[in-house]
Amino acid sequence: MTQRLIGSSLPRTEGHSKVTGQARYVDDISFPDMLHGVTVRSTVARGRIRKIHFDPAIPWDEFTIVKASDIPGRNRIALIADDQPCLADGIINHAEEPVLLLAHADKQLLEEARRAVTLEVDPLPAIFDIDDALAKKEIIWGSDNIFKTFLVEKGDVDSAWAEAYAIVEGEYHTGAQEQLYIEPQGMIAQYNPETGITVWGSMQCPYYVHKALMPLLNLPPEKVRVIQTETGGAFGGKEEYPSIIACHAALLARKGGKPVKIIYDRSEDMAATTKRHPSRTRHRTAVTRDGKLLAMDIEFIVDGGAYTTLSTVVLSRGTIHAGGPYACPNVRIRSKAVATNHPPHGAFRGFGAPQSIFALECQMDRVAQQLNMPPDEFRRRNFVHEGDTLAVSQVVREPVNLEQLMNRAFELSEYRIKRERFARENQTSPVKRGIGFATFMHGAGFTGSGERSMGSILAVEATKEGVVRVLASSTEMGQGTNTVFSQIAAEALGIGIDSVEVVTPDTSVVPNSGPTVASRTCMIVGKLVESACLQIRETLMLSGLLRSGYSAQQFKSACRQYIERHGTLRGQSQYATPPGIYWDDDKYQGDAYATYAWAVYVAEVSVDTRTWETRVEDFVAVQEVGRVINPVLAAGQIEGGVAQGIGYALYEEVAWREGRMINNQMTNYIMPTSADLPRIRVYFEEIPYKHGPGGAKGIGELPIDGPAPAIVNAIHNAIGVPVDRIPATPEVLMQAMEGALV
Amino acid sequence: MSEGQRATIRFSVNERPESVTAHPLRRLLDVLREDLHLTGTKEGCGEGECGACAVLLDGEVVNSCLIPILQVQDARVVTIEGLAQNDKARLLQESFIQCGGAQCGICTPGMIVASWNLLERNPLPTDKDLRNALSGNLCRCTGYTRIFDAIKTASGKLAQAAAK
Amino acid sequence: MRSYLPRYEMQAPRDLAEAFELMAAQPGEWKPFAGGTDLMVLLEQGKLAHRKFLSVTHIAELHGIEISSSHVAIGALNTYSQLQRNSMLRDEFPLLCQAARETGSIANQNRGTLGGNIANASPAADSPPALLVYDAELELTSKRGARWIPYARFHTGYKQMDMAPEEIISRIRLPRSGKQWKQYYRKVGTRRAQAISKVCFAGAAEIGDGKIRDIRVALGSVAPTVLRCVKTEALLLKSTGPSRIKDAQEQLAAEMSPVDDFRSNARYRTWVAQNLLAEFLLQL
Repeated sequence: MTQRLIGSSLPRTEGHSKVTGQARYVDDISFPDMLHGVTVRSTVARGRIRKIHFDPAIPWDEFTIVKASDIPGRNRIALIADDQPCLADGIINHAEEPVLLLAHADKQLLEEARRAVTLEVDPLPAIFDIDDALAKKEIIWGSDNIFKTFLVEKGDVDSAWAEAYAIVEGEYHTGAQEQLYIEPQGMIAQYNPETGITVWGSMQCPYYVHKALMPLLNLPPEKVRVIQTETGGAFGGKEEYPSIIACHAALLARKGGKPVKIIYDRSEDMAATTKRHPSRTRHRTAVTRDGKLLAMDIEFIVDGGAYTTLSTVVLSRGTIHAGGPYACPNVRIRSKAVATNHPPHGAFRGFGAPQSIFALECQMDRVAQQLNMPPDEFRRRNFVHEGDTLAVSQVVREPVNLEQLMNRAFELSEYRIKRERFARENQTSPVKRGIGFATFMHGAGFTGSGERSMGSILAVEATKEGVVRVLASSTEMGQGTNTVFSQIAAEALGIGIDSVEVVTPDTSVVPNSGPTVASRTCMIVGKLVESACLQIRETLMLSGLLRSGYSAQQFKSACRQYIERHGTLRGQSQYATPPGIYWDDDKYQGDAYATYAWAVYVAEVSVDTRTWETRVEDFVAVQEVGRVINPVLAAGQIEGGVAQGIGYALYEEVAWREGRMINNQMTNYIMPTSADLPRIRVYFEEIPYKHGPGGAKGIGELPIDGPAPAIVNAIHNAIGVPVDRIPATPEVLMQAMEGALV
Repeated sequence: MSEGQRATIRFSVNERPESVTAHPLRRLLDVLREDLHLTGTKEGCGEGECGACAVLLDGEVVNSCLIPILQVQDARVVTIEGLAQNDKARLLQESFIQCGGAQCGICTPGMIVASWNLLERNPLPTDKDLRNALSGNLCRCTGYTRIFDAIKTASGKLAQAAAK
Repeated sequence: MRSYLPRYEMQAPRDLAEAFELMAAQPGEWKPFAGGTDLMVLLEQGKLAHRKFLSVTHIAELHGIEISSSHVAIGALNTYSQLQRNSMLRDEFPLLCQAARETGSIANQNRGTLGGNIANASPAADSPPALLVYDAELELTSKRGARWIPYARFHTGYKQMDMAPEEIISRIRLPRSGKQWKQYYRKVGTRRAQAISKVCFAGAAEIGDGKIRDIRVALGSVAPTVLRCVKTEALLLKSTGPSRIKDAQEQLAAEMSPVDDFRSNARYRTWVAQNLLAEFLLQL
């Protein structure tokens, strides 16, 4: 079936407002009698608040002040474990913990007031690293500092060692990474004693915010309204954290009786909001003489910070991806998310997978080296194919051809020629060049039974003018939700894209189509758009107002007639698990994801041995993604994800001191500028996925999984020394070289 | 609390004369956004690193978060809203849409202002020119590739239009 | 924006004379405010300690570039962009132009001034090593008149300067040697653009009869102030033989006092500085 719009690079539907400066982000919005709000935070990582001082020089009677005791409902941010207080009540567990909220009309005076509050805290011993948390030097959370544990077992790892030709061990570290969306976080809240609370803001998940506000304010669902404003980047950083800001703004609005706007400045946003979980992975790999994987024993640990937030799910995804696209008969993955007294870590594109995939792909190169085998040959001998099982015992039930992806990636990057050439030229050049790769997959949608439990709902509604309005809680944050939904709807109905309107996510208007996370929006929710639209079409046809082969004009006319007769024309769809998906939550085995996107990324680097600076000279990203709905938008996702992955690999380091981020400025937290990046070259393969709209799979997170290991493997190729941690800064390389000489 | 020092600053914004009475150290960014309600210019970092607040000041691209309003006296300011009214600059804006140079859009106003200023000085920039000239405008969404495509497309279109 | 503006004052004196009046009347009360690329960042963070400023960007006497046969005198308010646009500076003082090109973004180069950068006295600043290599002199002016001092004597310690509270940096003067210099500048930072340097190296040498007749080496980010490595220069003037680069590197390490900070560490800085020295010397 030819597709008219699917596969077309239709321009971004909200593009015009963005390029003219008309798009309205939360800080562009003001209300006439609005107050500004700020958060007074802890200054130590762990302790007990003895007293709070208010400097009398400030006219405190002009201020709205909110403490934990002002919370009408439960002093918790509802998410998963509900262990995070909205405002600290006596006990402090991290150095950016919110204690007090202030509001005033004068933004600057508010900052004076923030400085004028001092906390007297009796410090308690704090934990700052994974080993101390595991050793229980102090118990800072629960009974053992452990948020979550998983054990995945396949085959019999312990008996495999005896048969191994070679056993290779490795330990890998990844650091925290800040999402660094260019629009800082913010919310506006307005409270009315009769109608309840309304919040507007920068967010990915309006219904998460909705869910958090209800128990905090003791309000029923119909008295809580959450509206997403144009969101300037998110990448996971605005998945769960906005609930906290919304709760804060709501409390101030409720107490102060006026609308309240809280906007974080960059330094507060960087220090206080969530970051990617730091990780430590230990690999022990057994291989046969002919380079087949015999066993993988993997220990994967992430640092969750002071409260659970999403650590259980991050750990889950990281665990499931830890074994990679390889057919290994014996696997054990032991994973843990531990508590430390850092500000809680949270969602960031990739969500655990970049961490475990980094470790795995570096380990695979290391094993190949031990075998004196080219790394690509080693992969080739171990790639999964349809019918093989992954580490979580998922049978691969879709066509997979990683060899072909690898061949294509190697051809496009001139991998073999360059590898040979660099080996020669490096002998006499102070700037060493290297080329390396990573082969990986990323599961689209929520894990296992996640999508089923959520039961996402989406509706479409036609107007008398024949405009079809898509009602979903899925948010546009630059990734193209508005455009892709419009394309899918227009394609399904045979109308023009101008006749589709994706409604602003507003919980009083749209049903809960689930959070905008987990690479699910196009594949899972887009499919719901398609089915709901097909319902409308069927309704019109069954009513005799439309015949097959209808024109767009006839569609408009049919809508008008139907609505004149019946009042509304609406379609609704709810997620149904595709047949044959079984996941065992206890054994952590089975069909973890309905489908995967598969990829091979190749990085070419140059390393200046006089300064150990690494530069990515070329980057090739090849992936199989089902169906590309909009080529420009899809390529944009890959390019952006790769850029973030390059930052993760080489530049982005959080400097911690006493549990607080001290390089919390854009000058000092280094993300790549245009001068640091090469042209990122993106290529797609398409094997349509049966259950995705138009055949599409999810791709949002995939691109950030591959760059770090590809780059580190390239560095290894360039300088002959393996690097086991990221960011692979010049200082890290220098240390690796010194270690190698010893 | 006292209001503090006030100064009356006369300057033009997008060819319109404006007069603002404000503290001399009030940031041009805040004057534009809050006093003149031109919210197209964005605050991304407040420290002159991200370029989201870029405007043209007497024909040069600057970070408006670092400009005290006192120093804008008698100056000409052009913001993204002004460029939207400029026929030629509109070609640049359209190219951004066409080529996928804008994703979340928050860096876009500053990026377009900086690109426009570059094209005024260097009508046919190479990839290398672009990489260097725009290194002060951070984008977290795109990886910059399509932004450069958009600018090169626009420079081609502008060259064609000029030739006519 | 974390500062409470009512605590601050800024006025724009009509001309230099009026500025000097104010500065002399209350020494230390009023500080000059140039392009603002440093001061506005501190203001935004709520960390701008000083309260009263004189905006000087419009004062004509502090602009301009005067070229004579023996010197070039650069007005303190020349921006990094203006330095790069001057063809004489590009020809004869390329290290200064290269430093200007690598200082921040174009938007910040359009505002940041050479005088402001010197007065901000960051040991990691990009232009000072070039200025030291060029034997720059500073003109410090006040109501009482003007005096010239070698830039090498200006920074007396971390953020300490030989400048009275009522003085302002008015010009930077570079002598024109008329000789052919081999020049080298390299800034090693955290990324390619908009980076604070970890090590910044400027070097110039005059070669005659296959020997080094004159050599200047200056480093940024490796000491509390920008550093002119006079002992290394002296050694290089004297030494010959196969071990001279290694000896010079050892001497360089001894002259430096780099620190560990969140950007880098002392060992890395030392090692890189030594490598840059070798790179420079190998090009001669």
